[in-house]
Amino acid sequence: MPNLNDILIMLPELYLVAAACLLLLLDAFMKPEQRSLLHWLSIAVVLVAIYLVISGQPEQPVRAFGGMFVRDGVAEILKTFALLCVALVFVYSRSYLADRKLYVGEFYTLMIFAVIGVMLLVSAGNLITVYLGLELLTLSSYALVALNRDSKLSSEAAVKYFVLGALASGMLLYGMSMVYGATATLDLATLHGAAAHTGVPNLLLFGMIFMIIGIGFKLGAAPFHMWIPDVYQGAPTAVTIFIGSAPKLAAFGMAYRLLEAGLGDLSAHWQQMLAALAVLSLAIGNLVAIVQTNLKRLLAYSTISHMGYLLLGLVNAGPEGYASALFYAISYALMGTAAFGVIMALARAGFECEEIDDLKGLNQRSPWMAFLMMLVMFSLAGVPPLFGFFAKFLVLQSAIHAGMLWLAIVGAVFAIIGLYYYLRVVKVMYFDAPVEGTEIKLQQDPALRLVLSLNALTLLVLGLAWGPLLGWCKSVFPG
Amino acid sequence: MFNHLLSLLIWLPIVGAIPVLLAGSGRPNTARWISLLVAVLTFVLSLFLLTQYNAADSSKQLGESYLWIASLGVHYGLAVDGIAVALILLTSFVGILVIVGAWEVIQNRPHQYMAAMLVLEGLMIGVFCATDALLFYVFFEAMLIPMFILIGIWGGPRRVYATLKFFIYTFLGSIFMLVGLIYLYLKAGSFDLATLAALPLSMREQTWLFFAFLAAFAVKVPMVPVHTWLPDAHVEAPTGGSVVLAAVMLKIGGYGFLRFSLPIVPDASEAYAWVVIGLSLIAVVYIGYIALVQDDMKKLVAYSSVAHMGFVTLGIFIAFMLVRGAGNLDATKLGMQGAMVQMISHGFVSGAMFSCIGVLYDRLHSRQIKDYGGVINVMPWFGFFYVLFAMANSGLPGTSGFVGEFQVILASFQANPWIALFAAFTLIIGAAYTLWMVKRVLWGEVTNPHVAEMKDINGREAFVLIAFAAAVIALGVWPQPLIHLMDSSVSQLVQQLGNHKI
Repeated sequence: MPNLNDILIMLPELYLVAAACLLLLLDAFMKPEQRSLLHWLSIAVVLVAIYLVISGQPEQPVRAFGGMFVRDGVAEILKTFALLCVALVFVYSRSYLADRKLYVGEFYTLMIFAVIGVMLLVSAGNLITVYLGLELLTLSSYALVALNRDSKLSSEAAVKYFVLGALASGMLLYGMSMVYGATATLDLATLHGAAAHTGVPNLLLFGMIFMIIGIGFKLGAAPFHMWIPDVYQGAPTAVTIFIGSAPKLAAFGMAYRLLEAGLGDLSAHWQQMLAALAVLSLAIGNLVAIVQTNLKRLLAYSTISHMGYLLLGLVNAGPEGYASALFYAISYALMGTAAFGVIMALARAGFECEEIDDLKGLNQRSPWMAFLMMLVMFSLAGVPPLFGFFAKFLVLQSAIHAGMLWLAIVGAVFAIIGLYYYLRVVKVMYFDAPVEGTEIKLQQDPALRLVLSLNALTLLVLGLAWGPLLGWCKSVFPG
Repeated sequence: MFNHLLSLLIWLPIVGAIPVLLAGSGRPNTARWISLLVAVLTFVLSLFLLTQYNAADSSKQLGESYLWIASLGVHYGLAVDGIAVALILLTSFVGILVIVGAWEVIQNRPHQYMAAMLVLEGLMIGVFCATDALLFYVFFEAMLIPMFILIGIWGGPRRVYATLKFFIYTFLGSIFMLVGLIYLYLKAGSFDLATLAALPLSMREQTWLFFAFLAAFAVKVPMVPVHTWLPDAHVEAPTGGSVVLAAVMLKIGGYGFLRFSLPIVPDASEAYAWVVIGLSLIAVVYIGYIALVQDDMKKLVAYSSVAHMGFVTLGIFIAFMLVRGAGNLDATKLGMQGAMVQMISHGFVSGAMFSCIGVLYDRLHSRQIKDYGGVINVMPWFGFFYVLFAMANSGLPGTSGFVGEFQVILASFQANPWIALFAAFTLIIGAAYTLWMVKRVLWGEVTNPHVAEMKDINGREAFVLIAFAAAVIALGVWPQPLIHLMDSSVSQLVQQLGNHKI
């Protein structure tokens, strides 16, 4: 029977569930014109959740519900940043949603449920919890992608996401069942010990391969990346920004739980597979991004390549590698929210601002937005002194440390190729003249402007002072 | 204040760029004056280096070190030696002149131009001060961002092509250096340059690292065959961009060889010195011939920069043949010194040449030599400066261009007379392409009616050209203070060259 202690350990999640239900009720009884109350309440709910996560953090990792749920340092960091991303998404999305008549209560509730999924997933101590969290996250995401139900593109994206997502979940579940068959346990901690002594190592490896496919799909690593471009482009930008941020943290958490906490002893096997995924993602992501003309699609391919870099950190399979991959996931989440935030700040009713050419001459129309976008682009490209550079630096370092110098060189080469398309965005904003007869009107929401500015400037500030964050990331992976 | 002199020098221009940007496009004059004030302040601060730096002491001075990233042991470490002091002075000197030079010329969003220049200046000073390899890399790469913007916004018709090529080319070179640095870090547990210099490395490791460093710095210098970005960047860049690029940025390549290749991988540098020497000679002779056939003045000076920078790399790497082959320390020092003097001198001369071309371009909006002719008839004062800088560019004794080249040729003669012979070709080719350009631009009859309408230089332009002229002549007539400033640091470097790591 669960006791009070178990409930306290899970307090942030339980609180969010209750809050989401209350918000849903509140929305049902509220007039549409009072929706901004809901908006600010949702933000407050998420911020309180961050407080609960950090303040209730136990010194040592603790387990609840018979090991189903783990609360440790890794979970703390991932939850903090996932919740932070959701708060950012809420702030950025309001005017965008209002312009498109999508300013509805479901957006907030679904988003909160999705982040509860993220939190469960990164705290999973059992294969069942992994699956539970994952499904909660993805089912909410399917609905969010289809939020704009009158749009053909959105619906197509949602169907594609759903079909491929269901397939991947099936693969993952199949893999889990194989692993269960080989070790007779679902508990990740027990699995860790049992994996070494299994009588059927081939069955275990077979299961592991399917689990890696599931992880690859959730990360969006090539060759399991097919859904990413369509979903990024088809979903409303307010949803794309979410899919591009918090679930990446979740995917890292899932990979860490399954591969390290569960199958850490098989690292010699999965390292090679992850290295292959990394090379493919770097190649496909960077090369295909070059020919994109749609900004959201470009960022989608850029995500794929960034997941390749994240895998470079995981390949290390040691505390340093995990710390660098975690650092990378955080940096990507912050860059992704800022990039899509700028797109939303420039979009307005009837104008999505999603073609690269829509940014033409932005520096003359709005120097500040152009400057923020430039920071994001240089950070994504990995040019110092921006945050993204140090994230790349750390994953390259862990790849070299793992003895995979060749992999680091591949990463370096694709960083150069990737540079081109980020520079192209800067070029369009700064070097091209604005198209005559068009105008760029900024969203007038002051909260959006302020928070977006802070978000993008953080990339510069964290680039100058990334020590504390790295220290935090390192402290949660004991050597 | 003097405890943080180097930090001040780096951050003053960078932070100073913020008020310049805030002054905004509405008040361009405020932005101009603020940026001039910041540049002058930086220059004045850099003059304190001369009083604070003790040239007799060969160790690195004015050091600052703070733990930057505790969990990796990376330091924000700054310190300078004589070579760095000279280069910082050059940077802050040029920093003022490009601001003054752009005063009325840049009408399109001048505040952004000035801010980019100031940020660039601060970052370049940072490169010369850094004693931590990661910090060096950060400054080295961050420099590309303002330059990318400068060429891309205020450049010529093919600016986008040129600036993308510039950025990607340089990034390509340096990312391999990053991989090399990470490798070194994992081996030494530190990014401190002094620690890395003391780290024993096998020949195989040194060879790989040598080529990683070569990739980064050869692109920056630039050496043949990776010099092709330079003519494009120079031709398309606005005048100020060309001046900074030629006067300071190229020097960072040479400086990198001194800080990385020589102390960290000395044995590989010795083994492959012939590669660098060969490429330098090709730069001196072959690129000289290419400069001869250019129709575009900026391209001509750009190619002549490649040829002149060939002397820098030649002077640095000839040292290996001298010190390890023959144990000839005096000649080694002479070559190294020549390379350093050449760096500073080329900074002044090329900056001045590009400023002159900028003056012409502002009047006629053409860089083609054939559009000019007889300029001396309408612009006598301009003609005076142009001839002076052209003489310096071709290495006339009495100008700064002579000193460094002469020292390098003398040193290489002691290593191998054939090398000296090829290097000495520059005296002929350099004179040929520079003076022929002068002949076609300045002398003769005025054939183009637009040339007849050109006005002589105004006070602002005169200020820039006089400043450059003073530096060129001072350095040519009396190079002793500069040589003295760098003397102990050069001796120290020469001593280091003798240390084997295997």
